[in-house]
Amino acid sequence: MDFRYLPMTPEDKKEMMESIGIQEIEELFSDIPESIQFKGEMNIAPPASEHDLMKELQTLSSRNMNVKDYPSFLGAGVYDHYIPSVVDHVLRRSEFYTAYTPYQAEISQGELQAIFEFQSMICELTNMEVANSSMYDGLTALAEAAVLAASESRMKKKKILVSEGLHPEGFEVLETYTDGLGLVVERIPLQEGKTDLEHLKQEIDDDTAAVILQYPNFVGSIEDLKEAEAIIHEHKALFIVSSNPLALGILAPPGNFGADIVVGDCQVFGIPAQMGGPHCGYFAVSKKLMRKIPGRLVGQTRDKEGTRGFVLTLQTREQHIRRDKATSNICSNQALNALAASVTMSALGKKGIRTMASANVKKAHLLKEKCKKAGLTIVHEQPVFNEFVIDMKQPVREVNQKLYQQGIIGGYDLAMSDHTKEGHMLVCVTELRTEEEMDHFVKTLEGLV
Amino acid sequence: MIQNKEQPLIFERSRPGRVGHGLGDIDHTNEKVEDILPADYIREEEPELPEVSELQLIRHYTSLSTRNYGVDSGFYPLGSCTMKYNPKMNEDVARMPGFAHVHPYQPEEQVQGALEVMYHLQQSLAEITGMDEVTLQPAAGAQGEWTGLMMIRAFHEANGEKGRDKVIVPDSAHGTNPASAAVAGFTPVTVKTDERGLVDLDHLRELAGSDTAALMLTNPNTLGLFEEDIVEMAAIIHEAGGRLYYDGANSNAILGISRPGDMGFDVVHLNLHKTFTGPHGGGGPGSGPVGVKKELIPFLPKPVLQKTEKGFTWDSERPQSIGRVKPYYGNFGINLRAYTYIRTMGAEGLRKVSEYAVLNANYLMRRLEPYFDLPYNRHCKHEFVLSGKRQKKLGVKTLDMAKRLLDYGYHPPTIYFPINIEECMMMEPTETETKETLDEFADAMIQIAQEVEENPEIVQEAPHHTVVKRLDEALAARKPVLKYGDSNQD
Repeated sequence: MDFRYLPMTPEDKKEMMESIGIQEIEELFSDIPESIQFKGEMNIAPPASEHDLMKELQTLSSRNMNVKDYPSFLGAGVYDHYIPSVVDHVLRRSEFYTAYTPYQAEISQGELQAIFEFQSMICELTNMEVANSSMYDGLTALAEAAVLAASESRMKKKKILVSEGLHPEGFEVLETYTDGLGLVVERIPLQEGKTDLEHLKQEIDDDTAAVILQYPNFVGSIEDLKEAEAIIHEHKALFIVSSNPLALGILAPPGNFGADIVVGDCQVFGIPAQMGGPHCGYFAVSKKLMRKIPGRLVGQTRDKEGTRGFVLTLQTREQHIRRDKATSNICSNQALNALAASVTMSALGKKGIRTMASANVKKAHLLKEKCKKAGLTIVHEQPVFNEFVIDMKQPVREVNQKLYQQGIIGGYDLAMSDHTKEGHMLVCVTELRTEEEMDHFVKTLEGLV
Repeated sequence: MIQNKEQPLIFERSRPGRVGHGLGDIDHTNEKVEDILPADYIREEEPELPEVSELQLIRHYTSLSTRNYGVDSGFYPLGSCTMKYNPKMNEDVARMPGFAHVHPYQPEEQVQGALEVMYHLQQSLAEITGMDEVTLQPAAGAQGEWTGLMMIRAFHEANGEKGRDKVIVPDSAHGTNPASAAVAGFTPVTVKTDERGLVDLDHLRELAGSDTAALMLTNPNTLGLFEEDIVEMAAIIHEAGGRLYYDGANSNAILGISRPGDMGFDVVHLNLHKTFTGPHGGGGPGSGPVGVKKELIPFLPKPVLQKTEKGFTWDSERPQSIGRVKPYYGNFGINLRAYTYIRTMGAEGLRKVSEYAVLNANYLMRRLEPYFDLPYNRHCKHEFVLSGKRQKKLGVKTLDMAKRLLDYGYHPPTIYFPINIEECMMMEPTETETKETLDEFADAMIQIAQEVEENPEIVQEAPHHTVVKRLDEALAARKPVLKYGDSNQD
């Protein structure tokens, strides 16, 4: 069979084999012991034509209920936001997506500059001094932040205190990352939907490497970073904030409150949900941690004629130089998605991001009011960005089944990660939800209680 | 087209009052945020994001793209990175709305199509690698390595063997190998390469023992050579009680030819953005699925995808699992592209991929052999290494030759890696390149070798035709400017 990705012709093959001095291609594999040569054909589906495969995959795609066709009230770390058309047009420029890590700076100025701009935008949003070129996602970035904090104490401080307002999968990832290194993750409970700072005061000690808060937190509330900071720094622990970067379009940024490390996920900026990945983590630190930040950093410099240019820099931090002394093994990151986020942030601009972030606040508020009017129970009365919790007093999976029948994608079932939260639905409203969709949602819920 | 040498930053194109978004009158409620949120929660200073029109934005990024070089621009023989063609169909599939716009927390019955693709991809990868089960969760190769090592750790601990804290890594290994071992809590130890360019078996025997957790290996190794003693190496490690980890960075050489599972490996990761055409994206996103043999299945990251009578479901009840390594279910968007590729090629096509990748590499190696030092004169696999020792004696470094290649319109090979080869150049042409391209590239390399002898300055001063000349990396590191508004000045 002929394959469109394989240009080898019989003539070329013959000429090439002659020039190497072999009769058969198999000779090139003669150093593979007979016993481990694979005989026969692998048991995978036969080659498919472009048309047939496209059709088959279209059928599979259409079997999924997608958030662009059905109104979604599902968030919990992955959000349905406005994606400007320009984003995909830029991503489709194949000079970007078919390149690799910009090792050869002179022919990679486009990518390097785009990353430099991304780093700058993340610093602006978080009000931090240094940001890297991206991480796999917000929650692995958070786990790496915890490891960085412990390594700052030369692994002497073993304790990471984490607010229960963190994304539940954040805990899971954090536990896996810290497990290999002998660190201990301890939870600080919530009180009325916010981190119990009194509890934090009791738990924090000189063995605490870092304290982690999510902002806004997983149940939607906006944490009091200022009060938390005073407690954390009094004990010389590092203050790590995991933050939705879109929320920082309207909320006071963590950098204003003395955060040492700020991480989060840029999925909110032009990156489709795509079943949970790839998204795009960001990682920002204060200047004193600049030489400890994981991942790639792009810096500005000059060429020998004085022209401005960009290079990968401070590489002595990274695995390919430090090898077993590295505190992070990250190599490939999410460069293309960082580009998507940059394009989106550029399209929004300093005014647009506030407009979009404010619309989330207002629409969440509107839906909350509608829920209350319909007699639904709001679990915590806290200021929120775009999520809050409704107590449905019945299993959320059943509620979601009813919503599904109405063509609505319901909220996150908090009982999935905490069985004491049976009936609690985490509802998300982005700028894309219309009042009509909200009314339909509320009416359906109203009919269930 | 002649470009301006300095490309303005998008911040420098910004003018107050311009917008590039189409949010419209999204803010139709009459309420003010100030009436909803307490005043001290609200940001006072606006973030200095650029204010540009849509056309300005497009011109900015289009202009940046023209200052970048991808596989679609030209030949990209970057060794160990498998810069093969990225099929356009894959891009279209990844953008289908039922794949691009599904949320990971939608109930399973709403996303059966996505789960089906994931399941079939897992099955295909298990067959290709000769393993028993595969997880798609790891985000990239390095995360796959760490995931695999954490599983090996859990395996030894479950067997009551807590003293296994060493991971053996060849001196030619990629830097992520020792780094992954370290972040998984192991101490990496280095095994030497012998004069054949293969792992020194005697040294391996010395190192293997009751403290050995695992041996990490790429096969073909980073010199592009097949570790022909692999069966014996596996026996040495297994007899010592350790496990074998396969770094799949070089799997483009072995598809349908020899499977890691049959070689004796217990854990395997694959870089779907290398062998399986997920685009490299300028440095990611990648995807690093991990396959394991039966005895390691209980330790797979959770949840694990299962096929049941009710359809595809997630199993989270995995008491021995190492836990979660990444939120949600891995880089689905990249996995979709890999699946599309595997389905396009089938077993027949994948075997041809490796045959032609290896033929291309050997052809290019033999064409260049008379002009550069070839440290290991034997058939290579999908890539090979040359040394620029001869040229260095004439005062021209491998770095200079790499920069000179830019003037000829090529992306240079990987240089100074592996670290055990002096003035190393590591070339991986891949199977998607034509003989004409290989010949033209070889001609350019030969021309450069001549320049080194006749006119070394032109090589030492290269590149001459790029948008910037050689950049001052020392300045960048000494006085870091990492964001707009910082300055290299004191």
